[in-house]
Amino acid sequence: MNGQLPRWVDYGLIPLINVTIAFFVAGLVVIAIGENPLDVVRIMLRGALGYGEGVGFTLYYATDFIFAGLAVAVAFHAGLFNIGGEGQATIAGLGVALVCLALNGQPWWLVAPLAIVAAMVFSAAWAYVPGALQAYRGSHIVINTIMFNFIATSAMVYLLTHVLKPMGQMAPETRTFDVATRLPFMKDYITPLGYDLGQSPLNLSILIAAAACVLVYLLIWRTRLGYALRTVGTNPTAALYAGIDPKRITVIAMIISGALVGLIAINEVMGTHHRLFLGFTGGAGFVGIAVALMGRSHPIGIALAALLFGMLYQGGAELAFEKPTITRDMIVAIQGLVILFAGALEHMFRPALERMFITARAATA
Amino acid sequence: MTAPAPSGSAPPTSAPPAIELVGIDKRFGAVHANKDINLVIPKGTIHGIVGENGAGKSTLMSILYGFYSADKGEIRVDGKPVAIRSSQDAIAAGIGMVHQHFMLVDVFTVLENVILGAEGGRLVAKAEARARAELHRLETEYDLAVDPDAVVETLSVGLQQRVEILKALYRGAEILILDEPTGVLTPSEADHLFRILRQLRDQGKTIILITHKLREIMAVTDHVSVMRRGEMVAHLTTAETSMEKIAEAMVGRHVLLEVDKGPANPGAVLLDVSGVSVRDKRGVTLVDNVSFQVRAGEIVGIAGVAGNGQSELIEAITGIRAPTSGTVTVNGQPVPADPAKVRDLGLAHVPEDRHHMGLVLPFEARENAILGYQDDPRYGSGLMQDAGAILKTCETQMAAYDVRPPTPRLRTSLFSGGNQQKIVVAREIERDPKVLVVGQPTRGVDIGAIEFIHKRLIDLRDQGKAVLLISVELDEIRSLSDRVLVMFAGKVVGEVAPSTGEGEIGLLMAGVAKDRQGKGAGA
Repeated sequence: MNGQLPRWVDYGLIPLINVTIAFFVAGLVVIAIGENPLDVVRIMLRGALGYGEGVGFTLYYATDFIFAGLAVAVAFHAGLFNIGGEGQATIAGLGVALVCLALNGQPWWLVAPLAIVAAMVFSAAWAYVPGALQAYRGSHIVINTIMFNFIATSAMVYLLTHVLKPMGQMAPETRTFDVATRLPFMKDYITPLGYDLGQSPLNLSILIAAAACVLVYLLIWRTRLGYALRTVGTNPTAALYAGIDPKRITVIAMIISGALVGLIAINEVMGTHHRLFLGFTGGAGFVGIAVALMGRSHPIGIALAALLFGMLYQGGAELAFEKPTITRDMIVAIQGLVILFAGALEHMFRPALERMFITARAATA
Repeated sequence: MTAPAPSGSAPPTSAPPAIELVGIDKRFGAVHANKDINLVIPKGTIHGIVGENGAGKSTLMSILYGFYSADKGEIRVDGKPVAIRSSQDAIAAGIGMVHQHFMLVDVFTVLENVILGAEGGRLVAKAEARARAELHRLETEYDLAVDPDAVVETLSVGLQQRVEILKALYRGAEILILDEPTGVLTPSEADHLFRILRQLRDQGKTIILITHKLREIMAVTDHVSVMRRGEMVAHLTTAETSMEKIAEAMVGRHVLLEVDKGPANPGAVLLDVSGVSVRDKRGVTLVDNVSFQVRAGEIVGIAGVAGNGQSELIEAITGIRAPTSGTVTVNGQPVPADPAKVRDLGLAHVPEDRHHMGLVLPFEARENAILGYQDDPRYGSGLMQDAGAILKTCETQMAAYDVRPPTPRLRTSLFSGGNQQKIVVAREIERDPKVLVVGQPTRGVDIGAIEFIHKRLIDLRDQGKAVLLISVELDEIRSLSDRVLVMFAGKVVGEVAPSTGEGEIGLLMAGVAKDRQGKGAGA
């Protein structure tokens, strides 16, 4: 069945076709509201890649999506659908904020390792509970992770309004971290070298994201744990036969998945906004699902898909700015179309392509 | 009862054949599944189609039943060309199929299953009344008695199969295709099925029987067609041929149907199963106080119809499931409920179902070569796996067991059934275990590989290992084992010598003749 297609088709051509179709349909929508789709594409591309600041923003968005995509992918390899990234990252934000506030004024290079550990531990703990409930109580991971998203938001509302908000301030957010404690912006390093990143919030987190891609690749395909994880994910009965405990692996996979998505808080709380506020995740946890689907749960694919979604976010923002007829909601619709075609309809063109390649191969054979 | 009564066969001269396939050709990519197949099946006959796995039998029948369409060729039913593009077309042309895996809704009654998809209106009451009358007619005409109001899941497998046949007849099938129909039946149920088939033939129905059991071909068919590598290689009249000839046509060379082995030389007890019972979550007893021993240098076979507790017994022995009571020891050591630890005691396990348990099909072959031994220090220490060592292990095993293609990086699902099984057997035997538990070692495996695997099991025995063989293939049990235990309803109901007649073992398997002490009269 599967595996009849060359890898470059499986991982390259099919996603490309899906994205092309998505843009084509989006183009029809643009025509319907009386705009020129080519214009729209030009504005989006220029906005996302045309100048330093745009590139900076694109990569900044992509950083979140990489963390979220990797998290979904790791769980997915173990046969789990973690859609609680949003809540897990929110809780991670709490960990990061607590560390940064406690060590306020200390240099970032001292605080960052602790903040990273806090982010990963807090969100891993938040993912552990649904994981353990799934493994030992059989309550469904999807339901539990969704509910944990709501619990995380509610808990955050309480903490921000009752505990963490400084006296005399209206907005439900913590105080801003000291300049020394903030994770440095990439623009501070890159712009002096001659490439102007403008005011983009791209920060050191993107390097952590790159490292995470490599580590996840090693974890899944090179380690003994990864082998056990994939065995449980593809054939739990065979895992039992092989003496691998699916329950234990379920819990471990959720912990790793949670730890990865928690790094969004490093990018957002410590790297960009320098304070904790409600909804800092901006839906990245959910976009991660589409990113992982589109990237076929492979770190390289996830990095590319994250980049594409980063471009959509940044290009979309510019588009909404330049074309008043195309509202923010329009952009969301286009993103939705990409998710629809790249994720949900992933297999739509596969059978036709398989037939094509098989006949082509038979003809040459 | 080898020669079937030719009385019922319609004279092939006058009437057009029930089915005629002319030049059927089908390719799946590089695989040429059916090459220019010609086949004539006269009306009112039972026609066997045999061939190894992957010979193209299923493809051919799928074309006939409308699951695939042929690239070239023509299908004629009663002399008239028909275009069969879906199973509805096939049913309209009077072709019915009884699948190997039943297509029944377990929680529906027999009646509901029969009318499913043929309700013929928005309300079922009318259809039910019609079906009830029709079932009654079929029942009397063909001796196909089933209670129309029984819920399917409460019926025995043999009766469920009867429901499938009734379904096809209810839809007006004149031509009935049966795909491996006896795989799940006891010998006596199979005999009953054959009686039904003969009766259907005598009433003018045409029957196509797909099977790999040559014994059945000899017992029930009028003609037999042999397929090999997508081609029809022989059309034989059953009464004029022999099992050996058919086997030779299937494989293309002379094959040993009998396993060549010397007498056993049993030594110390290596596997001791004592009073083992297994109950499931609902408290149903699946394995009931089973005790036996397997000694070094012997093969003990467990015969039984599938679903009589064999699977659960294997799971209890190999540590996959903790027995509710009783103990299992390997080489004197008690077995814990952890397959990894059981392997460390020197027990290897070739599971019954390689697709669901023995292999992870989407994995590459090299990854499956270490399944169950993934924590062995040879394949990596600390966090990382040692890819080089794993690859080398896989290459060695593939060479020793002649796995084709010998490509460790090929996805396991792309190997043929026989080669997949060789990957499993190689992995388990190459570890030099003391005890080997092997379930259905040759299910879905071609004749060449069966010969090979059987020889390996005998070799293992002769090296002084203890082998426990569980199989639903009575022939396999009888030819390989030194002692045979028979399981029925979770109990070991008897121990017999492998030379015991099939009839007698069959009765034990069916739960009849519980105490056959002394005289083996039933055979």
